[in-house]
Amino acid sequence: MEKNINLTLKVWRQNSPKDKGGFETYQVKDISTGSSFLELLDVLNEQLINEGKEPVAFDHDCREGICGMCSLYINGHPHGPDSEITTCQLHMRKFNDGDTIWIEPWRSAGFPVIKDLIVDRDAFDKIIAAGGYVSVNTGGVPDGNAIPIPKDNADESMDAASCIGCGACVAACKNGSAMLFVSAKASQLALLPQGKVEAARRAKNMVARMDDLGFGNCTNTGACEVECPKGISIAHIARLNREYLSAKLQD
Amino acid sequence: MSSLLCSSIGKKLLMGLSGLFLMMFLLIHLTVNSLLLIPDGGDTFNAAAHFMATNPFIAVVEPLLAIGFIVHIVWGILLTLQNRKARGSARYASGNKTKGVTWASQNMLILGITLFAFLVLHVAHFWVKMKLTGDPLLNDVTVNIAGVPTEVENAYALINATFAELWVVIVYVVAGIGLALHLSHGFWSSFQTIGFSNDIWRKRLTILGNVYAWFVGIGFSLIALLQYLFFQG
Repeated sequence: MEKNINLTLKVWRQNSPKDKGGFETYQVKDISTGSSFLELLDVLNEQLINEGKEPVAFDHDCREGICGMCSLYINGHPHGPDSEITTCQLHMRKFNDGDTIWIEPWRSAGFPVIKDLIVDRDAFDKIIAAGGYVSVNTGGVPDGNAIPIPKDNADESMDAASCIGCGACVAACKNGSAMLFVSAKASQLALLPQGKVEAARRAKNMVARMDDLGFGNCTNTGACEVECPKGISIAHIARLNREYLSAKLQD
Repeated sequence: MSSLLCSSIGKKLLMGLSGLFLMMFLLIHLTVNSLLLIPDGGDTFNAAAHFMATNPFIAVVEPLLAIGFIVHIVWGILLTLQNRKARGSARYASGNKTKGVTWASQNMLILGITLFAFLVLHVAHFWVKMKLTGDPLLNDVTVNIAGVPTEVENAYALINATFAELWVVIVYVVAGIGLALHLSHGFWSSFQTIGFSNDIWRKRLTILGNVYAWFVGIGFSLIALLQYLFFQG
């Protein structure tokens, strides 16, 4: 049932990367349970602007769960208490009237806070630039069945490709490890014939870049997989370990 | 190769391989320990201990075992320190409410430190006395090994006397449970780290790992407890 709820928000405010930052408490009234979490923040910001205060800075773009831009650590979970959704897909019906909601930025040395709830996720782009691509000209669109690909591989590759690079895995990890992201980005290509050719080089370069950027070492707790909005499996991490080790041993 | 061992996956490989090696050792250790439960005044156990002490294969493996422990401990600490740095100092005010993550997997260092503390005590209890200082309880006894009367160290007497004290038994039981928890994550995790896992094998390895971990952990605890309860006097 659609209804309106009143909430207390504890929002992380930080002016600049160097600023110490802290939580501010805001009251919001008459929030429709049919609205999304980012719409809640829109309402809050409108309220702040009307009061002559600085609005809360937060990342967002497509608002339909595919761009990977929204982040936010909400009440103990990256992307909030619902499973396999991004923050923009989180509905306010998941909260009750009178609830207090804690809203924090991703916390990891690899993702420094830029302002308020926005963190710098450039590190992910740098890892992709190190090898998360296929560097051959594929020409025109090939005939659909010209290269046979086993259905299982195609499925697993597609599952890996559903990673939107939002960084929830790093935010959830007690080690600040980016292995789920890197393994998904390596697997989506390594499982297909076009990407397999460069699989060894890709694994080595992406892992080396990941280590350089100061991400932690995976200890297989599996928290990333639970909190991933796309349900990426840590089986991809085993595959990356396998590929990386065999590539290194062949050097 | 050198760059392999400096990389995150390379360092974890050392953790995984040393862990697998130590897990094989634990099985052999438990097998020999199980002979403590044979009610023959320790003759079978003493014969087995004599075999282990005089076997050239064991002479080679013993230093390897020490290296295995050292690598596992040193790299474990090293990786944890790196991970703390990577995680950063800021913590979530709303805590961590992620469900479905085992407690053991998030507390491997604490469990490891507990086991290390136990290891120091354990080595002082037995290894130091058997290999270095000696102990009057260890005076030779004669057992029949394949019909041949042989003079062997009375390791059973030392163990039996050690497990006569309640606090020792309590420490061993707690350490056994700690070991089970450590292994319940360590077993499957080591396979995942060396790349031997996927969605199907993860389920198998988790089940196998839990069976192994609790078998070994409860096994060691139970032997100490039974020695205290039924093998005294």
